[in-house]
Amino acid sequence: MTDESPLLSVRGLTKRYGAHLGCLDVGFDLWSGEVLGVVGESGSGKTTVLNCLAGSVEPSGGTALYQQRDGRRVDVLRMAEAARRRMLRADWGIVHQNPRDGLRMSVSAGANVGEPLMALGQRHYGRIRGAALRWLETVEIPVDRVDDLPSTFSGGMQQRLQIARNLVAQPRLVLMDEPTGGLDVSVQARLLDLLRSLVADLGLAAIVVTHDLGVVRLLAHRLLVMRRGEIVEAGLTDQVLDDPHHEYTQLLVASVIHP
Amino acid sequence: MSGYNFAFLDEQTKRMIRRSILKAVAIPGYQVPFGSREMPLSYGWGTGGVQVTASLIGPDDVLKVIDQGADDTTNAVSIRSFFVRTTGVRTTARTREATLIQSRHRIPETPLRAGQVLVFQVPIPEPLRWLEPREAETRKMHAVEDYGAMHVRLYEDITRHGKVAQTYDYPVRVNGRYLMRPSPIPKFDNPKLDRNPALLLFGAGREKRIYAVPPHTSVQSLDFEDHPFEVETWREPCALCGAAGVFLDEIVVDDKGGRTFVCSDTDHCAERRGRRSGIRP
Amino acid sequence: MTVTAPPALEILGVEKTFVLHAQGGARLPVLSGVTLAVHGGDCVVLADPSGAGKSTLLRAAYGNYKPQAGRILVRHGDNVVDIVSAPARHVLEARRRTLGYVSQFLRVIPRIPVLDVVAEPLRAMGLPKGIARDRARLVLTRLHIPERLWGLSPVTFSGGEQQRVNVARVFVADYPILLLDEPTASLDAESRALVVELIREARAAGAAILATVHDTAVRAEISTRTVMLEDLAA
Repeated sequence: MTDESPLLSVRGLTKRYGAHLGCLDVGFDLWSGEVLGVVGESGSGKTTVLNCLAGSVEPSGGTALYQQRDGRRVDVLRMAEAARRRMLRADWGIVHQNPRDGLRMSVSAGANVGEPLMALGQRHYGRIRGAALRWLETVEIPVDRVDDLPSTFSGGMQQRLQIARNLVAQPRLVLMDEPTGGLDVSVQARLLDLLRSLVADLGLAAIVVTHDLGVVRLLAHRLLVMRRGEIVEAGLTDQVLDDPHHEYTQLLVASVIHP
Repeated sequence: MSGYNFAFLDEQTKRMIRRSILKAVAIPGYQVPFGSREMPLSYGWGTGGVQVTASLIGPDDVLKVIDQGADDTTNAVSIRSFFVRTTGVRTTARTREATLIQSRHRIPETPLRAGQVLVFQVPIPEPLRWLEPREAETRKMHAVEDYGAMHVRLYEDITRHGKVAQTYDYPVRVNGRYLMRPSPIPKFDNPKLDRNPALLLFGAGREKRIYAVPPHTSVQSLDFEDHPFEVETWREPCALCGAAGVFLDEIVVDDKGGRTFVCSDTDHCAERRGRRSGIRP
Repeated sequence: MTVTAPPALEILGVEKTFVLHAQGGARLPVLSGVTLAVHGGDCVVLADPSGAGKSTLLRAAYGNYKPQAGRILVRHGDNVVDIVSAPARHVLEARRRTLGYVSQFLRVIPRIPVLDVVAEPLRAMGLPKGIARDRARLVLTRLHIPERLWGLSPVTFSGGEQQRVNVARVFVADYPILLLDEPTASLDAESRALVVELIREARAAGAAILATVHDTAVRAEISTRTVMLEDLAA
């Protein structure tokens, strides 16, 4: 078994809000093609971890070594802001829980999907539009809506548009915050199917933060269970959910209402 | 003319503005903040341009002031007389004779030469302001060359109208780096910015920013490979001097909607007709 | 028979106790030091009555349950992976290419048609969609799942049909190691025979099989060795 080094190595990630603990000593590795689920209830610290990695929150301590395309490893938590923004634009994607946070609501769907390509320097209108149309098809948005504003889309369609916008520039790592939150159950199912096949087809690495165990069961290869800012259990998704060891994990799993 | 320093501003202020100008020249297209002063004309009438001109003008300069290409419109006349009163410097309408030209919304048709300085009046210096109201954020966007959104705007225009709708203040990329607004000059004038032998300075008084395009700097108007940048054209030449390939103003001549097209650049037009237009300082 | 090749699957001293925190930390010991080896071409059937831990052992071998002690060595290509202690991605890799697992519980993802459900393991191995689907069609045909059902999600299938889909998913690929937990449950006689045929073919092709089978007739047809867990315990 070839043992390449991980795409992302997080160690000792800690965030304190005064006396309150956001997250404490969080550590994990992530390899290409792997989806890591981070589950926990509100206040577990899972969103804090995501925000620290995305750069919207400044951590109190820890390192996050990311292996860039040229093979060099860089601590994303210590990057200069300019370099970090450039890296986020070119290499990472962030799918927000509320698609409005990840879209430009005032420009067309096609422009939303085309923008990352334009930001990377592409200058051929026809080809940019072609790429946008292909991606709309991939995320199952009717292509005749390419010139419509996202504000005319349903919630599920907006979320699929946000996913297309994030994936068009072929990122290596995608952070997802409750990607199916707020959507109807049937819409969620459709979205999860899509995410599942995209992750597999594109060999993406992803970190999916959610409180929904059904989501991680479908999407994640591995799981971190967090409680009060700390990781209490980690392992293969089906192993953690079918054979939970930690008291809190057992509680979490038992609380899920099965249809 | 007693009680005022040469060119109205005190020497310290001039020095401060010149330092900002130097910084601007050192980083083509980059907006340099400066301590904009209260001037005896309202915001929106060229206070930024006036401050840049005032900090540069010397007794040996020959000043030309135009507004929309004309030497004899209100704005041009009042700014010119302001400088005459505060400096006594010689003024001219002839582009060829001027060392320092202050302009609102046009670049002269007569090609500029090395050693000349063209000062533009700028209302809104920030090309990304339509997208992002926060100054802190737009500064970061410039710092990381986060200009994708600007092309998004062009993309949307092409999608909705088949072509880019912006016809003035058309965004440009300076020296391959900074995104810049060239002030509300018609896009017709944008090509004149590219590798111009003169020094081009831009002053925004209300917004307190100065930026510059040094001589012989590349200035490229934003476009797409398959939708290249195009300038305006007219079907007829100037009705007065017969010039083609210059920017023409449309003038309504009667109540039946009759119209004629004449040069916007009055000096260029007069020169072609072999006459001098008189200017009263 | 002298065996010269090392076993494909080696279970060594595996202990599994469930600790139920919700019940005040009650301990449920299920496996106590199980040791067992399965070679290629071997089909070992566990014959204990219910509750003895047969499913637990199979799940542990798949990495679905985590034992407290012991090792489960799986021959994966040229390497040996200890399912108990290996990092998650190695276990996943072993599952992808080496370990096939048929359980009674088909976790159905709505909207995925059964053709793609069955093709998925081949896709995970890197095979192109066309070829994966072709092989899925072959195995679905062998298990007498009619073509008109191939485009539907198994959600609406009967118990017997879903079980055959479970089986199809695993036998579409040529896993060197098969873990079969009641593979013929809920099947009528005709379907049972079809599944037995697949198992025998896999065994003949050199797969190492560890199975639990309730039905004594099926057991007789597929097993090369029948053991009881209680005899394997330390």
